[in-house]
Amino acid sequence: MSRAPVERALVTTPQPEQGGRRRRHAAAVRSMAGAWSGAVPAIASESVMTLHDLSVYYGDFLAVHDVDLHFGYREITALIGPSGCGKSTVLRCLNRMNDLIIGARVEGSVTYHGVDIYGPDVDVIEVRRRVGMVFQKPNPFPKSIYDNIAYGPRVTGMKVASMAETVEHALRSAALWDEVKDKLKENAYSLSGGQQQRLCIARAIATQPDVILMDEPCSSLDPIATAKIEDLMHSLADEFTIIIVTHNMQQAARVSQRTAFFTAEADDQGGRVGRLVEVDETRKIFSNPAKKATEDYISGRFG
Amino acid sequence: MAAALTAHRRRVGERVIEAVLFGSAALSVLVTAGIVVSLLAPLGTFFSHVNPFEFLFGTEWTAAFGNKASWDDKKWGVLPLVVATFMTTALALLVAVPLGLGTAMLLSEYASRRLRRVLKPMLEILAGVPTVVYGFIALTAVTPLLKPLFGIPELYNMLAPGLVMGFMIVPTIASLSEDAMSAVPAALRQGSFALGANRMKTTLRVVFPAALSGIMAAIVLGISRAVGETMIMAVAVGNLAQLTVDPRQPAQTMTAFIAQIASGDAPVGSPVYYSLFAVGALLFVITFTMNLASIRLVRKFRQAY
Amino acid sequence: MATATLAAARPILGGRRSDIRSIVFAGILWACLAAACTFLFFVLAVIVDKGVDRFDANLVNRPPSTIRPATAGVAPAIYGTLWVIGMTALIALPLGIAAAIYLEEYANPRRWYNRLIEVNVQNLAAVPAIIYGILTLAFVVRGPISIGAVALAGSIALALLILPVIIITTREALRAVPVEIRAGSLALGATRWQTVWRQVLPAAVPGIATGSILALSRAIGEAAPLILVGATTFITFLPDGPLSRYTVLPVQIYNLVPQDRDAFRDLAYAAILLLIIILLAMNALAIWLRNRYQHRW
Repeated sequence: MSRAPVERALVTTPQPEQGGRRRRHAAAVRSMAGAWSGAVPAIASESVMTLHDLSVYYGDFLAVHDVDLHFGYREITALIGPSGCGKSTVLRCLNRMNDLIIGARVEGSVTYHGVDIYGPDVDVIEVRRRVGMVFQKPNPFPKSIYDNIAYGPRVTGMKVASMAETVEHALRSAALWDEVKDKLKENAYSLSGGQQQRLCIARAIATQPDVILMDEPCSSLDPIATAKIEDLMHSLADEFTIIIVTHNMQQAARVSQRTAFFTAEADDQGGRVGRLVEVDETRKIFSNPAKKATEDYISGRFG
Repeated sequence: MAAALTAHRRRVGERVIEAVLFGSAALSVLVTAGIVVSLLAPLGTFFSHVNPFEFLFGTEWTAAFGNKASWDDKKWGVLPLVVATFMTTALALLVAVPLGLGTAMLLSEYASRRLRRVLKPMLEILAGVPTVVYGFIALTAVTPLLKPLFGIPELYNMLAPGLVMGFMIVPTIASLSEDAMSAVPAALRQGSFALGANRMKTTLRVVFPAALSGIMAAIVLGISRAVGETMIMAVAVGNLAQLTVDPRQPAQTMTAFIAQIASGDAPVGSPVYYSLFAVGALLFVITFTMNLASIRLVRKFRQAY
Repeated sequence: MATATLAAARPILGGRRSDIRSIVFAGILWACLAAACTFLFFVLAVIVDKGVDRFDANLVNRPPSTIRPATAGVAPAIYGTLWVIGMTALIALPLGIAAAIYLEEYANPRRWYNRLIEVNVQNLAAVPAIIYGILTLAFVVRGPISIGAVALAGSIALALLILPVIIITTREALRAVPVEIRAGSLALGATRWQTVWRQVLPAAVPGIATGSILALSRAIGEAAPLILVGATTFITFLPDGPLSRYTVLPVQIYNLVPQDRDAFRDLAYAAILLLIIILLAMNALAIWLRNRYQHRW
């Protein structure tokens, strides 16, 4: 009977969502012999993903510029730095989730097994299947635990011998199986925060990616849950290449083999632009960094 | 290789889906275009027989009478219809603005959560009663009540339907004004309380002015509803197109005229058939202008916060 | 220091004058609310009082009759309402939900054509109902489609009327689904449509259902657009299809107004009572749906 809500909605000008829109569609899929067949390089030090002269713009605003970085096979790389230095932006470029932000633009290249994922023939959906992501705040779907894990394989059309086995394997890899094996049909929201995050990790694993991106995965969790996930990361690194953004320097030191330090600098228009300062073995970054800016940040002099 | 090919097919499906969805959304533009065309197209014929000046400023409207095929035996001055619309709208606002704003202030500044949960559905019901029912009530229950009080000569008049329409519009003004007042930041109210003002002063001197353009948008929207309201007018005001500002007299609003002609047996192509579209076009222009004004006011209000 | 404190405390200690004005003000506000509620109760009381006499089986089963109004009913109008609203739902719901999905999930709000669509929807939501009748008269009853004054034309008029409403309320329901759900789905390699179909829509269904039921309940009570498209015919048969001539409850009530005999007044009130009960039931259903299934994110 109500007109009133309609009239209220009538004069509610819908506001555009930030980060919720995708503009570009990929063209036809190019056949990518070798690179897409899932063959992984056998040499441990070979890079899986490489950034070359990467700059990211939001409209006219330059967020981060000229990043040169490579991520090694089955290594854990940490991206650290103060707020606004562009580390999350860079992370989101690795699976093209940055495309969802209206006005986002990329210059330079991001290559995955030698293929530039921003190339014109690239199928963004395939990229995202192979480069998984875990978000800052756990975001399970409002479905059962089982359906959460099975979602990825289902929508990407993965041929699996047994979905139940795939789900179990993913949950085991995320160190969650024992806790949920008797309640797979329960809603994911019934889990605790730490369990939900491990569920999200299992969900990402289920599509058999070979890179996992983690955007401050522990920042909304308590120390015990955080510790569990950090332990998990070491076992995950046996199978996956992991890139983690973290605010927590101790975490970076505990977890990663290589660390990249970003910083934000004032530009000539009064804004801040991010850039990569230094990247090296974690040991070296935290004990004997080459750049003064890195040392200042590590020792807490700023940031 | 096989996986790559499957993916390709899926993306074509995606584009088809997006095109279908876009088509559904673009339909709205088509509807607006349709409205404009359906109202404008007959105007050519109408104004080739009727002087636009006479139409807009003439004081006699006898479109429904006389020879069905003749243009010249009728008076085409639309003012009686416009004035009747204006009169009933003014009467409605007399009721709707004070009651609507009062209710809005109550709900926004004074009422507890439980009270609001009870009151809001009641307002929704008030807005949701079919307008033909309100017309019927105005005619058969309200007019007899008001007759002795105001000396209404006959059954049909503008007073009873106007007031009833006012009650119908209260929820529109109330809910939009309440939204506007609720959107005023709590910090403003708390600042006022901290300075020692009581709730009444805070409401009147802080919240109300801050929400003013939102409230004005609500009132303009209420006016638009009143102008466009048909059934109450068609049932209870009478169908006598006369130019009068005495609310106790019968009259005929623009909307009631359209309803009268449509439910009659006017042949297609007859003068009175064309006049239906002319009055409809005038109605659309008036309400469209007010809707635009309302949207502008809301945008101005939103920018402030 | 002490004087300042005392002066500050004075209002707490009880300034009488502003108290009275405040009370009067609050009283006025309550009176406004009371007036609106009183009117509502008055209307409902009149309807029940005058309608309950003829609220019998004949009302639902018999057609209207000028000869024997005391046993006449509004059966054709009831059937007509069912046909018309059924088709209105079939037309308006898919179109409205599809349009809302496009605007909310696919459209780039910076593009001019998308902004044009949005402004259009907002404007159409406030166009008077009778204009939709004129539109349908011009294009569907006559004009290019020319199906005549049949039930389908009525459905089209009502569907166009409530389409903006459905778009707006569906958009609100879609917007209530958190963006993190969409991000999570896309990051796994789902396409935009898969995300909408498998995650966003299912989560938004309660809100969409509530909005749709409320929109349809508004359509049930509309008479003005249908008068324009031929629902005023005095029919005694039961409408039996989309291309049948028809009438609906609100228009039937409108037709009973000029009939002067008391028996017709009673019949009209009974029909009004029936209509109100249907609408209250639909609203209750919508509110129950919203409370029961609404997801608290």
